[in-house]
Amino acid sequence: MNELFEIVEEPIEVEAVIKKVERREAGAITTFIGTVREWTRGRRTVYLKYQAYVPMAVKMLAKIGEEINEKWPNTEVAISHRIGHLDISDIAVVIAVSSPHRKAAYEANEYAIERIKQIVPIWKKEHWEDGETWIGDQLEKVPYPNGKPDVKDEKHD
Amino acid sequence: MIKILLFAHLQEKAGSDQLTIDKEQTTIRDLKNILKETYQLIELDQVMTAVNEEYVMDDEIAKAGDTVAFIPPVSGG
Repeated sequence: MNELFEIVEEPIEVEAVIKKVERREAGAITTFIGTVREWTRGRRTVYLKYQAYVPMAVKMLAKIGEEINEKWPNTEVAISHRIGHLDISDIAVVIAVSSPHRKAAYEANEYAIERIKQIVPIWKKEHWEDGETWIGDQLEKVPYPNGKPDVKDEKHD
Repeated sequence: MIKILLFAHLQEKAGSDQLTIDKEQTTIRDLKNILKETYQLIELDQVMTAVNEEYVMDDEIAKAGDTVAFIPPVSGG
């Protein structure tokens, strides 16, 4: 598998994701690794399950890549998100961005994770010590105030 | 026939991740109302919809052969 944007069921190899964005013009590669946290506001997670609408999730990850290329020209982005059963400290998502200079790589990488939490159809089910919950609306905003996620087809701010 | 995909709490509540509705066409709004009545999926008021993997608004029309996915607030990352 060498796609830049993928949903996988097996553990993600961080180095492999980084390799995808390596190139001679890059002077920086930033890597974000999202891992499974044990404690959330005093509540203990035992494990998580992620579910995705896989074909659409891949499309939306690619869309985030396109948005980044427009906002930060000459960046290369790769995103792998894992689904299925994940234990504490397992890697759920890896985002790698390369750019000629470091600032764009940092900014674009943060943008990518924020957008994942807005538009990519992936859901997390927390299995707590004392129950289970599907998690939604992690950004703690009203879900879709405009009736749909801000998918930004043409204009990018 | 319109194919419906359900995820997260919606599929647990409906007891299935996939449904079919025997209609030639319908607005998303009407489709949500049908499912709310048939499967008591009141949560459909708070979910987004994708037709053939593209986000759409409630006044969009789905036709036979389309795949309509209801997308609860996402929580990836």
